[in-house]
Amino acid sequence: MSATITAPAYRIIPIIPALKPGAMEDSKSFVANDKIQEALGFPGQLVDDWHDRALARMGELLGKYRSLKVFLDACVHCGACSDKCHYFIGTQDPKNMPVARQDLLRSVYRRYFTLPGKFFPKLVGARDLTREVLDEWYTYFYQCSECRRCSVFCPYGIDTAEVTMAAREILDSVGYGQKYSNEIIGKVHRVGNNLGLPGPALLDTLEGLEEDVKEATGIDVRFPLDVKGAEVLLVTPSADFFAEPHIDSLIGYAKVFHATGTSWTLSSKASEAGNFGMFIGNYDQLRKIAMRIREAALELGVKRIVVGECGHAWRVAYSFWNTLTGVGDGADANDKFAMMLQKQLDHRYKQPLHICEFTWDMIEQGALSFDKEANDKHIITFHDSCNVARGSRMGDYPGGQFEIPRNIIKAVANNYVEMPLSTTREQTFCCGGGGGLLTDDLLDLRVKGALPRMEVLQQVVDEHGVNFMATICAICKAQFTKIMPIYGFDRRMIGGVHQLVSNAIRLGNK
Amino acid sequence: MIGTLFTILFYLATLLFVVGLLYRIGVYSRTPAPLKIPTTPAPINTGGVVLRMTREVLFFESLFKANLWTWGMGWLFHASLVLVLLRHLRYFTEPVWAWVAFIQPFGVYAGITMLLGLAGLWARRLFVERIRYISTPSDHLLLVLFMAIAASGLLMKFVAHTDVISVKGFILGLMYFNWQPLPAHPGLYVHLLLVAVLLLIFPISKLLHAPGVFFSPSRNQADNPREKRHIAAWAKQLDSGQIEPNDMGNAK
Repeated sequence: MSATITAPAYRIIPIIPALKPGAMEDSKSFVANDKIQEALGFPGQLVDDWHDRALARMGELLGKYRSLKVFLDACVHCGACSDKCHYFIGTQDPKNMPVARQDLLRSVYRRYFTLPGKFFPKLVGARDLTREVLDEWYTYFYQCSECRRCSVFCPYGIDTAEVTMAAREILDSVGYGQKYSNEIIGKVHRVGNNLGLPGPALLDTLEGLEEDVKEATGIDVRFPLDVKGAEVLLVTPSADFFAEPHIDSLIGYAKVFHATGTSWTLSSKASEAGNFGMFIGNYDQLRKIAMRIREAALELGVKRIVVGECGHAWRVAYSFWNTLTGVGDGADANDKFAMMLQKQLDHRYKQPLHICEFTWDMIEQGALSFDKEANDKHIITFHDSCNVARGSRMGDYPGGQFEIPRNIIKAVANNYVEMPLSTTREQTFCCGGGGGLLTDDLLDLRVKGALPRMEVLQQVVDEHGVNFMATICAICKAQFTKIMPIYGFDRRMIGGVHQLVSNAIRLGNK
Repeated sequence: MIGTLFTILFYLATLLFVVGLLYRIGVYSRTPAPLKIPTTPAPINTGGVVLRMTREVLFFESLFKANLWTWGMGWLFHASLVLVLLRHLRYFTEPVWAWVAFIQPFGVYAGITMLLGLAGLWARRLFVERIRYISTPSDHLLLVLFMAIAASGLLMKFVAHTDVISVKGFILGLMYFNWQPLPAHPGLYVHLLLVAVLLLIFPISKLLHAPGVFFSPSRNQADNPREKRHIAAWAKQLDSGQIEPNDMGNAK
């Protein structure tokens, strides 16, 4: 299959596609083996009593998550979301319409947890939980990138991501997990990061980077690891350590810290900002992975925690870390757990802080200066990453997550172009590889899911000669690098915001 | 005889409506929202959340962004329904409040626009391929139910009048436990029967979107996770070390 994957044709006018039922029913990511499953405390194989255990788990989640309960009850099938999902637009499979995806779970909820579904299942679209339904869950809930675009348009704010997370959690609990996500979570616990890069290799990489930067600039920019007493702990996606173009942004962060004289460190324990616990909707994993950050911060005694360019990681850090680890501010005085960390951190700064917030703050204070001409070869556009756009914030005001990265780009480069507003900011399209789908066994889906973004990119390429699409997400970068050549673009068109910062920043004597 | 049946039916329907709805609201408010999940950009304080929710409930802000046709039809239907309901207050008040008397003519037009909105929504459900795909029989039936209620009401207004004085007597009788006969009128029977059905199915159907929207975490949470630690009771237990994280899955 993978050998013949081609890009779907651009729509001449971006009309809503006709339905192609079953178009993606065979696009199924690899199932996790028992070793991967058991390492996370899930059953290794599909358990014999999966039917009862799945329903029991669903009942438990309904009692623990108001979102799930309300979202399963409130949908009126108005269809507001039906044409909003990039996977639906790209695949035309009706089960990739957000409402239809939710209904895969909702139909079972209705059958077992509501009166009309118990007595008149046909009338309200309720279904028995059969093996076919379970397989369908697995197939289509791993065709959702949890990007929340549908939730922007829903009159009740129903967020399919919450439903997808619940479905994945139910599947995991009966021994039906996804290889890609669960294997990565295992690596985080075993080695410390998603890519399985052990501490010594990390140290090696960072030393190599110091040499590279010295060679390129003649200046000793440091990439410190596990330095106790540093001011800033930088937590960044592990792809930043060696993947292209990610690494160029890591160099950018280091240069910003260097130029502002900020003492900082990476941590070998917390050498991963990503948190796939969110993707599989498992609170325990979400928390356990987040706890590594807390432990590293306490061990190293840092005053500030800064997060690198990663979309879902920033959502977890911004929205969930305070809940999970007590890293932010505003805990009860008798909340000993949170107090331990909150007393250590410097609350003149927001905790955690996005690297873009850090850099923009320094630019505003006049602590950085740039040779903007260094980026003149680029005509730049910005792709908002879904989790940053719709699941987090930067700065003091709603929408800061849109302005701050753009402000940085405009401060370090001369040529900046926007893509159409219906595809950026809160309405941005997912890159097509988020939410635990960045795996080659789903490449066909990933290529098709990128269609809406590629269409508008082509438009600004044709109209304005855009040759660089900046983004602040490790998954976006990896996904676009992989699929853009299939759409006929140069893979080097994609890069990070701090890659642009790195190009233009003045080091040493200003 | 029929009057007695309707008396019993309305007491039963009202009781189930109120109890069912309170029960649902109770469940929604008791169920914790363990994580901060407002769809951002979101208001950063409670005042902002109230404004966001108000825009959502009064103007269907999100639906407006999604699809102008659905928004237009949906808003027309809901706004008309509100006017129609307010107009019907004249059957429940004696003397009739001045503003209720004032809106009477508008309430009549609203009956017509309500029917138009419903027809538009149904046409969309029937003729737009992807909306037809997601529709269940109950989705169609609910629209039919509302249309039948509106149509039977309008018929009594414009075609086959009923004795509204007696109808009001019947309703006030229900309210003050001083039961009065119901005028014999097939249109009225249909109208009242369908309204009772609506009350009965409200707490067990998708009509729960009405209370549900107020409990939707993606709309009712303030975007302030860094400023204030947000934690659910069951999650807090993990902090104090009373329960090991891995045991949570097996709890209950």
